[in-house]
Amino acid sequence: MNYFPDEVIEHVFDFVTSHRDRNSISLVCKSWFKIERYSRQNVFIGNCYATSPERLLRRFPCFKSLTLKGKPHFADFNLVPHGWGGFVQPWIEALARSRVGLEELRLKRMVVTDESLELLSRSFVNFKSLVLVSCEGFSTDGLASIAANCRHLQDLDLQENDIDDHRGQWLSCFPETSTTLVTLNFACLEGETNLVALERLVARSPNLRSLKLNRTVPLEALARLMACAPQIVELGVGSYEDEQDSESCLRLQAAIRKCTSLRSLSGFLEAAPHCLSAFQPVCHNLTSLNLSYAAEINGSHLIRLIEHCKKLQRLWILDSIGDKGLEVVASTCKELQELRVFPTDLHGGGNAAVTEDGLVAISAGCPKLHSILYFCQQMTNEALITVAKNCPNFIRFRLCILEPHKPDHVTSQPLDEGFGAIVQACKNLKRLSVSGLLTDQVFLYIGMFATQLEMLSIAFAGDTDKGMLYVLNGCKKMRKLEIRDSPFGDAALLADVNKYETMRSLWMSSCEVTLGGCKRLAQKAPWLNVEIINENDNNRMEEENGYEGRQKVDKLYLYRTVVGTRVDAPPFVWIL
Amino acid sequence: MEGGSAIGSASTLSNDENLVVSSEDSSSPTENGLELRLTLSLGRKGYRDCRVSHVDDSSSSSSATPSSLSRASVTAGIKRTADSMAPTSGQVVGWPPIRTYRMNSMVNQAKTLAMEDPNTEVRQEVNNNRDDATKMRSSMFVKVTMDGIPIGRKIDLNAHKCYESLSNTLEDMFLKPNTVSSTQETDGHLETRLKILPDGSSGLVLTYEDKEGDWMLVGDVPWRMFIGSVKRLRIMKTSEATGAAKMNL
Repeated sequence: MNYFPDEVIEHVFDFVTSHRDRNSISLVCKSWFKIERYSRQNVFIGNCYATSPERLLRRFPCFKSLTLKGKPHFADFNLVPHGWGGFVQPWIEALARSRVGLEELRLKRMVVTDESLELLSRSFVNFKSLVLVSCEGFSTDGLASIAANCRHLQDLDLQENDIDDHRGQWLSCFPETSTTLVTLNFACLEGETNLVALERLVARSPNLRSLKLNRTVPLEALARLMACAPQIVELGVGSYEDEQDSESCLRLQAAIRKCTSLRSLSGFLEAAPHCLSAFQPVCHNLTSLNLSYAAEINGSHLIRLIEHCKKLQRLWILDSIGDKGLEVVASTCKELQELRVFPTDLHGGGNAAVTEDGLVAISAGCPKLHSILYFCQQMTNEALITVAKNCPNFIRFRLCILEPHKPDHVTSQPLDEGFGAIVQACKNLKRLSVSGLLTDQVFLYIGMFATQLEMLSIAFAGDTDKGMLYVLNGCKKMRKLEIRDSPFGDAALLADVNKYETMRSLWMSSCEVTLGGCKRLAQKAPWLNVEIINENDNNRMEEENGYEGRQKVDKLYLYRTVVGTRVDAPPFVWIL
Repeated sequence: MEGGSAIGSASTLSNDENLVVSSEDSSSPTENGLELRLTLSLGRKGYRDCRVSHVDDSSSSSSATPSSLSRASVTAGIKRTADSMAPTSGQVVGWPPIRTYRMNSMVNQAKTLAMEDPNTEVRQEVNNNRDDATKMRSSMFVKVTMDGIPIGRKIDLNAHKCYESLSNTLEDMFLKPNTVSSTQETDGHLETRLKILPDGSSGLVLTYEDKEGDWMLVGDVPWRMFIGSVKRLRIMKTSEATGAAKMNL
């Protein structure tokens, strides 16, 4: 029963922005469902194949912002072959045909074409914001259409996309009248840009807050750009080569000193070691620092900079910083919330740059730490237990020990107890990635204690189906489960088919599931898309009919959907 | 296909294929269909008995025991002997879990550093990183474009040990299944790419852009040197390639 007129309820709903909360609101009653659907501004679709553009438009006719995600997470590591799917074209076509006043489009792991971008740029008069993360399939020509046609463009944010760089003039395509830019991030482009056009663009964009350059923008250009944009808040430095031209350096330092609003530094894609010192004047205000691409800067330079960054909340760094460097971080960055340490040496030999000691130091020194991604070569249960005690506030805990199956390097035991301590202590843990030598026991702990866990990544772990069963039975809030190279098979897969309706998706590659098992699953659960990705020999599975039941499946990706089998799957994807 | 499936052509490796360059006499070859075969010289000594480095099939790694995924196999460098054709000693696809973008960035940086003056203290340390980085047994993706095809593809060069397997894979990638071969003009004989000249027989050649930004013909230098300097590949018309060849050679 409603005691308020609809407009009042709608006004109240305006304060509810999280899509999950809005989903909950819409389930209260028919009236609220109706009010909510007409007033929803931001739609989030975590799996583009779970629904369709038509259903989106039917339910939410008035939205302004759409977030779409395509390929599964392991596509980031080349486990999903080219052409699998995640095409944005049908979505843009459908939205263009409708009367939706689209203003923002955020895509992750989708295939975007120049045609899509052109259509997008011409179809929505008020289009303001384009954010593409880990997408592919388009070139700078597509960017040119966006630049040329989107009169009110505020954000063009390209993060780690695979873009065909035609080294053209896309930057010059922003009309001279375009002054609305707030975010310009083209760090992932490989080619040269028109520096003159870039400078003019920056100079006429007084609202520009975030500027992230690519590696071909040289030092002297950076100096001029910063001089044009002292209001900048986020800066991605492109190239910072060892310049003999000291005049450029001086100009840069002068420009930097005027950037009093600068809070975030990133880039340094081609960086000479001494360059960081130019940024020291702004260090004390920095809240975000990403030096994870700056392979040429050694630990001591990093430390000298970080010593001044007392307000740092987010730090992405290479393991060249070393345990000693992490100790400096721990004693300096008391506001640190998120830390990512990436490896420089991938094959596990030689310099052990960071170890369990660095992780322990961070956990002891940074009380606000809630997200960590840590690549290392060795770990111990004792260290993890200490980390759990120091930091019970983890929301995301991702540990990647580079060598698969590596045990505790002191006791040679599996790391079950260490991870067990983490899940037991961190009651708000939402995301977990495990590594190292692990038995079924760790999954028993995860199932028992990780009650809030939503995403779990498993690689080279476990002994029997019981491991996977502990997780499926225990983690009530699980949404995304991704498993590779672990001995889980049909028994675990089929034990509780209805579980998958509560999850967004399940990925299993190089496990023990068979084609027969997958077929049985598909039969029992028609509301799931059960996809088998089989790149190697497409015909092999069909011919060996007698053995197909026991044929191991290379890659399995299943997800709930309300629109049935997708029609754009390539030949190497079988949808059962 | 890039990445793990790049070895799809391994079975054809033992044949001495006479790969033929076909002609395209239209400015938009995609309309006429295009059959691409890359010319390779099989007369070069060093490359005849090359092996394809097996990027590990996921299916084979699933049957591997933990010991075969031990330190030895994970740390295997790029170098392969004939014995190492067994999939279990191959690389592990998609491990460690680092985004392709970041991997490629590291490989490119390693190559840049390799060209720098190694005398300073910093360079020494960085060279250690470089050595390790170039020994990464992970993927090394480079862009491949072909004239007439708007969007490029990516190919994992670390999945190959020689030019022949590279060419086979590119052929698979760009060869259209329903080719209209009406305009095909075949050259029946093998030529090294170096010698392809516009003598009225037009065709396609495989070229690459090196670290200095110059376009070179693929096949001139030993494979390792090629790997160390290649930034991207381009399948271009012979006529254009000759111009480049004249400039660079």
